[in-house]
Amino acid sequence: MTPLVSLKGLTRDFASGSGFLKPRRVMRAVDDVTLDIPRGSVTGVVGESGCGKSTLGRLVLRLLAATSGSVTYDGADIGSLPPAALRAMRRNMQMVFQDPYSAIDPRYTIGRAVMEPYQVQRIAVLDPKARLAELMAMVGLNPGLAASYPHQLSGGQKQRVGIARALALNPAFLVLDEPTASLDVSIQAQIIGLLEGLQRDLGLTYLFISHDLSLVRYFCDRVVVMYLGRVVEVLPQARATPRHPYARALMNSHFEPDPARRKTVQMLRGVIPSPFNLPPGCAFAARCPAATALCQTDRPALVTGTDGHQIACHHPQG
Amino acid sequence: MALLTVTGLGVAIGNVTPLDGISFEARKGEILGLVGESGSGKSLTALAVMGLLGRIGGRVTTGSILFDGQELTILAEPAFRRLRGKRIALISQNPMTSLDPIVRIGAQIDQVSRLHLGLSKPAAKARSIDLMQQLRIPDAETLHGAYPHQLSGGMKQRIVIAMALAADPDLIIADEPTTALDVTIQAQIIQIIVDLVRDRGLALLLITHDMGVVAQACDRVVVLYAGRVAEMNTTQAIFAAPRHPYTASLIACIPAHDQPEGTLLGIPGTVPGVLNYPPGCRFHPRCARAIDVCHAEVPVLQTLTAGSVACYLQGVPA
Repeated sequence: MTPLVSLKGLTRDFASGSGFLKPRRVMRAVDDVTLDIPRGSVTGVVGESGCGKSTLGRLVLRLLAATSGSVTYDGADIGSLPPAALRAMRRNMQMVFQDPYSAIDPRYTIGRAVMEPYQVQRIAVLDPKARLAELMAMVGLNPGLAASYPHQLSGGQKQRVGIARALALNPAFLVLDEPTASLDVSIQAQIIGLLEGLQRDLGLTYLFISHDLSLVRYFCDRVVVMYLGRVVEVLPQARATPRHPYARALMNSHFEPDPARRKTVQMLRGVIPSPFNLPPGCAFAARCPAATALCQTDRPALVTGTDGHQIACHHPQG
Repeated sequence: MALLTVTGLGVAIGNVTPLDGISFEARKGEILGLVGESGSGKSLTALAVMGLLGRIGGRVTTGSILFDGQELTILAEPAFRRLRGKRIALISQNPMTSLDPIVRIGAQIDQVSRLHLGLSKPAAKARSIDLMQQLRIPDAETLHGAYPHQLSGGMKQRIVIAMALAADPDLIIADEPTTALDVTIQAQIIQIIVDLVRDRGLALLLITHDMGVVAQACDRVVVLYAGRVAEMNTTQAIFAAPRHPYTASLIACIPAHDQPEGTLLGIPGTVPGVLNYPPGCRFHPRCARAIDVCHAEVPVLQTLTAGSVACYLQGVPA
């Protein structure tokens, strides 16, 4: 079966600092990402701030234009679509944002916010009231809240509004950009549970962006680990043990809710290189406990194993 | 022996009472976790101990806070000023706002030991550099002259920890010290704090909403819910057999090692605001095991064989 979304050599540069007597400096936020997202799957993208995971999410929906490379959705290259066709295409692909506080217009009622996609897409709804009630019920919101304003809702309820409006146009594909990062742990678990149920019931395809490897391992079918714009490891099964030293460090940074599984945290030495001035070799070499001279000079290529496990490392662990 | 003993503490802001009947003790060489969701009263408890309630218009209405034999609830501000920073230090959540952006970081650490220990300028500098080295800050002598914006978030938090340690305090209150940081850095800062408490025999009150952090770092735990103590016990006992349904739900919010799919449920609803505290047990509207009496009567915090719990189910397993 062809993948729903397919990324080929996707790259995005940002320039900064250009001015009088000041040279233009370029950083590569996303560097040559090639990835297939199968239908009905949940693909997790994990990494720390500045690794390019959010930029990747925006490139996939073409909220940002790629510097080079392509995004194919259901066989169509969305980079070459004219604006009207792109707008129509967006019905199929939606985003849930990290911060539900700033994703909803504070002057809109909840009902208006949830139904806003129809207005943007100029689609007439036969029975808007019934559709609104249906959408709110899908995300576990009391339909009585439709007349409320965002400031009257809790963070978790606001994120449910964000999910309801993303679902309004019956999309097949959702980019979830840290949908629970600004929420309490108890609410995070509620929202993850809701997203799991929706994915199963509606057969959705997710690209789930997070900094939390344990959450990604729990929620996703497979995992893409990014570091400074590059994919360093792809786990074909989310629960496979990572072999890249950076992915290992991420995993070792999660504390289990079990005092019998306490761990000794290994201190990563060195500093994160500036994204404007990446070293010629592996970007993680300066902090890596397994780094050798080779890692300083030669950038490891992303190699695919027989089981589909991809890794970019000269010295994979285990 | 307990260094800090809080008994029946009640706090009012205006005419509402967000905290009541808070009791716990913190001992030297021990890490006491204060856990709960946002709005459970963790930070307010910390402010009460630090004598900073006046800053937010709050006051202690009942109970006592005994620190090393001294009653803090009746301590006058000038005497409190000699205690704060010297014997009780605070590590706050956001290192970006706890440092003065236009003062060199070294001067900010020096200031603490010059003020509280009366050290000379060179002696204070030597002490600060020594502390920075203990906190594994590379190249401490150079960084002593750096400004906060030149440091990463994790380094800034280490500087804040150095400031907290500069006057050799007996009690440190760390209010969500890692929430603003990246995951790998979070784990390292927790490790550094744990090592410090063990090496120096300090008492640490660690405020967090993350049961993973509690399991990793704490010796004993106080679980707060909506301004009251729900449960208190050793970390081992709390995770092995939580007696309050709220404690059990909080633990279940963190995905455990290889947790099966579809089992992360969260806690339905949200913590009630202080104006909407329900009668009876404040957790009963969200509690799957609530019985009739929970709706009407406030459960008393009862000391059982080990630890204490405020629940009519008395720790009978589900």
